[in-house]
Amino acid sequence: MTVFRRMKIALGAALALGLAGTVAQADEQFFPLQSYRVGPYAAGGTGFFGGFIDYLNLINIRDGGVNGVKLTWDEGETQYEVERGVEVYERLKNRPGVAAWNPLSVGIAYAMIDRITKDKVPLITINHGRTDSTDGRVFPYVFPLLLNPYSETSGIVNYIASREGGPDKLKGKKIIVLYHGSPYGKETIPIYKLLADKYGFELEQIEVPHPGNEQQSQWLSIRRAKADYVVLRGWGVMNPVALKTAQKVGFPADHIIGNVWSNSEEDVIPAGDAAKGYVAITTQASGAEYPVLQEVIKTVYGAGKGNLDDKKRIGSVYHNLGIVNGILNVEAIRIAQEKFGKRTLTGDEVRWGFEHLQLDPARVEALGAKGLFHSINVTWDNHEGDGRVTFQQWDGAKWKVVSDWIAPDWAALRPIIEKSAAAYAQEHGIKIRTSGDDPVGQ
Amino acid sequence: MTTIISSKRSFFFPEIVATCLIAVVAIGAVPLVGSDYLMDAVLTPFLALALAAVGLNLLTGYAGQVSLGSAAFLAVGAYAAYNFSLRLPALPLLLDLVLAGTIAAAVGIMFGLPSLRLRGFYLAVSTLAAQFFVQWALTKFGWFSNDNPSGVIDAPVLRIGSVTFTSAAGRYLFSLGVVTVATLLTLRLLRSQTGRNFIAVRDHEVAAKVIGVPVLRTKLLAFGLSSFLIGVAGVLWAFAYLRTVEPAGFNLDRSFQILFIIIIGGLASLRGAFVGAAFIVVFPLLLSRVGAALLGSLFDSGVLEMSQRIVIGTLIITFLIAEPRGLIALWDRGWARLRAASGKAIET
Amino acid sequence: MFDYQFLLEVLIGGLLSGVMYSLVAIGFVLIYKTSGVLNFAQGAMLLFAALTFVSLVERGTSFVVALAATLAVMIALGIAVERAVLRPLVNQPPITLFMATLGLSYIIEGAAQLLWGTQVHGLDIGVSDIPFDVGGVFISRFDLFAAAVAGSLVALFTLFFRYTRTGLSFRAVADDQFAALAVGLRLPRVWAAVWTAAGIVALVAGLLWGARLGVQFSLSLVVLKALPVLVLGGFDSIAGAIVGGLLIGATEKLAEVYVGPLFGGGIEAWAAYVVALALLLVRPSGLFGQKLVERV
Repeated sequence: MTVFRRMKIALGAALALGLAGTVAQADEQFFPLQSYRVGPYAAGGTGFFGGFIDYLNLINIRDGGVNGVKLTWDEGETQYEVERGVEVYERLKNRPGVAAWNPLSVGIAYAMIDRITKDKVPLITINHGRTDSTDGRVFPYVFPLLLNPYSETSGIVNYIASREGGPDKLKGKKIIVLYHGSPYGKETIPIYKLLADKYGFELEQIEVPHPGNEQQSQWLSIRRAKADYVVLRGWGVMNPVALKTAQKVGFPADHIIGNVWSNSEEDVIPAGDAAKGYVAITTQASGAEYPVLQEVIKTVYGAGKGNLDDKKRIGSVYHNLGIVNGILNVEAIRIAQEKFGKRTLTGDEVRWGFEHLQLDPARVEALGAKGLFHSINVTWDNHEGDGRVTFQQWDGAKWKVVSDWIAPDWAALRPIIEKSAAAYAQEHGIKIRTSGDDPVGQ
Repeated sequence: MTTIISSKRSFFFPEIVATCLIAVVAIGAVPLVGSDYLMDAVLTPFLALALAAVGLNLLTGYAGQVSLGSAAFLAVGAYAAYNFSLRLPALPLLLDLVLAGTIAAAVGIMFGLPSLRLRGFYLAVSTLAAQFFVQWALTKFGWFSNDNPSGVIDAPVLRIGSVTFTSAAGRYLFSLGVVTVATLLTLRLLRSQTGRNFIAVRDHEVAAKVIGVPVLRTKLLAFGLSSFLIGVAGVLWAFAYLRTVEPAGFNLDRSFQILFIIIIGGLASLRGAFVGAAFIVVFPLLLSRVGAALLGSLFDSGVLEMSQRIVIGTLIITFLIAEPRGLIALWDRGWARLRAASGKAIET
Repeated sequence: MFDYQFLLEVLIGGLLSGVMYSLVAIGFVLIYKTSGVLNFAQGAMLLFAALTFVSLVERGTSFVVALAATLAVMIALGIAVERAVLRPLVNQPPITLFMATLGLSYIIEGAAQLLWGTQVHGLDIGVSDIPFDVGGVFISRFDLFAAAVAGSLVALFTLFFRYTRTGLSFRAVADDQFAALAVGLRLPRVWAAVWTAAGIVALVAGLLWGARLGVQFSLSLVVLKALPVLVLGGFDSIAGAIVGGLLIGATEKLAEVYVGPLFGGGIEAWAAYVVALALLLVRPSGLFGQKLVERV
């Protein structure tokens, strides 16, 4: 192999010399986007990537980039399919100045973990992803920002407790988790069990086979079990069908709590009236009244550069998630620039930025995002960053925030995460970092 | 076709030349000059899918049994190999590969049982049971994925003896080796009595029974061998190509993709499986690159992608209309014409 | 004590879901019966019809006009498919035709989303879904409505086939293509008519399913629910599609509720196939299918 490699390097160098004229200017930071605007999940993809691009545009137009470093991007369509995501990764990874990858797909993210670790570029899986990648000691380049699946579980249980009047009131209540029949859906099964033991509520977890367009039998079981709350851990078409079928069996919508993949307009609009009163968790409030959204409307859409075709979707759940994702990426670059200089950064330098991504409520307000999201506090060993969650209720036309910013029970979850990460480290022969200054990468 | 032109073979021995050329290019030139992108994102999936298509062709093209469950057998192969390498680390990887194929074959025979009673689309739709059952079982029972909370498996390092294949070129060469050996063995099999039995069962089941072909056994054998090859292809897909797979990746679309490959490439032709795979893997990539380069500034990626879908659908129908026997028939015709022309040139 | 009321409830719910499966299956049967094609594009047609209708309504067209316009589009589509796909592929093996319909589904899906976008739409056809309470058993109003629609659709088709000229030639072609040709029936015209009929079924099924699921890409996945129905009832029998749908719907739900917990649930996706297969081992052409030795 070594002979091959050497000859290839020589060849590559020759090629690079020939192409030197086309190499991008030095002060650009590139975002490769594995977007999905087609296929079953297109509605989420257009919203999220639309929001992300809108925010990058805002920074370019309003500020001329991050301290003069222009932000650039290129999209590759994945249709949410893993191998297409990998193809896009292999195609775009050699572009100069790659800042970070933001696939918004659990499957694609998983397939990239080895690859980005080897290439030393951060992988951002906001609100989703592999729970144990929260442990930055083992996963130096993976960032499940704001909320991992375990925290989501804990946040939902804490919310139900607050509605019942305190954690002690959970005792004897019956909670049913309706989960999508996929690895994603099953991921939180042990955590709900753990919390059921801790708080003493009765728990039943029922699977809905993919894609979830038939749920008659599941909801009849729920009605028979006389559940107090149903947690909807849904996905795509499963969500509106759940709400409709709940109505069919007479289960009240305001006692159904949706998780982070069941919380968008796309999940409730098809259910029509059946969705009225439905509550779902979120890390970012929806609506366009926040200053940063107003600036996006004025500066980006005003200049005709807005990414959403349908302006009514500005401020929707996925669009705002894209905006928040944009804020977090841009601030990580800004923080890293303070240490490394105001120039194009390497992936590893951006990783350092993410590991120091600490935005307190005051800083969030300065960014025009007060009320949009609460705060984040990423450190070298906590890559989630203690995101707070809030709950929104659908009133038939829009989401309305109905809770405070709730903190999940991070301390209770951390040992499980560390155990899982340690197993991963052992399986893959990874040295566990002992401080933020440790050299990373194998 | 071959008989007509075989007299020219002494002058124009294209099979040998072509085979040698392909071998030289595949083994020597590609890893040298090919980029990682070419090998990782184009050639390795091409090889895995081509092998799966060889497997399905054995069943559908030669033995005449339609299956819509190929992706299930890919998944069985991938998860079986993972579990062998995880639970019996002493076994060499190549043995894992064979064992995974064997497990896939066993599962294939089980789901092939309805073929003893059913024909045509009844059989095709019943193989969907495999598709849904396997995906359900892999998701449901954590044991298959070593209790990974997300049901995802990570591939071990590819290793034969003390040689490891960790670079893009290494993984490509590993796949190339496996696919070549498997294809050659299949070729041998097809030229044996078993292969002739397959064709007899396909062409006329009753007649086959009359001349003494054990029809039931032949059908099950076809299911078993086909699933074996698809299972091995699944190992390549999971270990050499994606390296992290989840059950959802082996969905119905993948089964259709493999069926497309053999129909587009040409039923009952091993070369057809390769040509078809090349078309299905490379063409969409090419189309999206060309589309993005020409029109990317005018439309967003979603519009382009949808237009490509329409183009691909149209092309498939056009191909089926222009040459229902597949690309390989087109190729053979062109080749024959070329030879006839060159033969004439020599004679005159 | 065994909860008979619950059993009844599951059973009724299952039968009513089964009607929804039948509705999709009928579209397959119409086409298979006359041209021997398993039309996989039926799901895409369903999506296309529902998406066209809902997009027109959202753009301010009245319900009736939108319905008429969508109907016209589906008829045009049926004729175009016959011209561009079926006619050139006549006499090809069924598997080739099947692949062609897969290609067709790519085109229709692509075109539908290109025209109307990838947004998720709600569809309200004016039937609320507050359940009836009959002695403690909840019965869905919407599902009853859907069953009534499916019933009248089948009745209409029956009348059509029995009393109109096109209908009669359709039956002649279904019985024996060669004989029909020999007496001078125009196959292309019958095929165009049949694809149009399948388009109408797709429209009705698309609207009913769209009202249940919302109009979005996954609407095309409902065909997966129709396939076991077809296997069970026979690919070429409308009666089979109805009975098969009811059987599949009921057993699927009963299996999920009573057998599912033994395996940890979620068996609905393949239970239907197992039921269909078990029956097929006894009757290899389904309940009502013609016994034909055919080859793919």
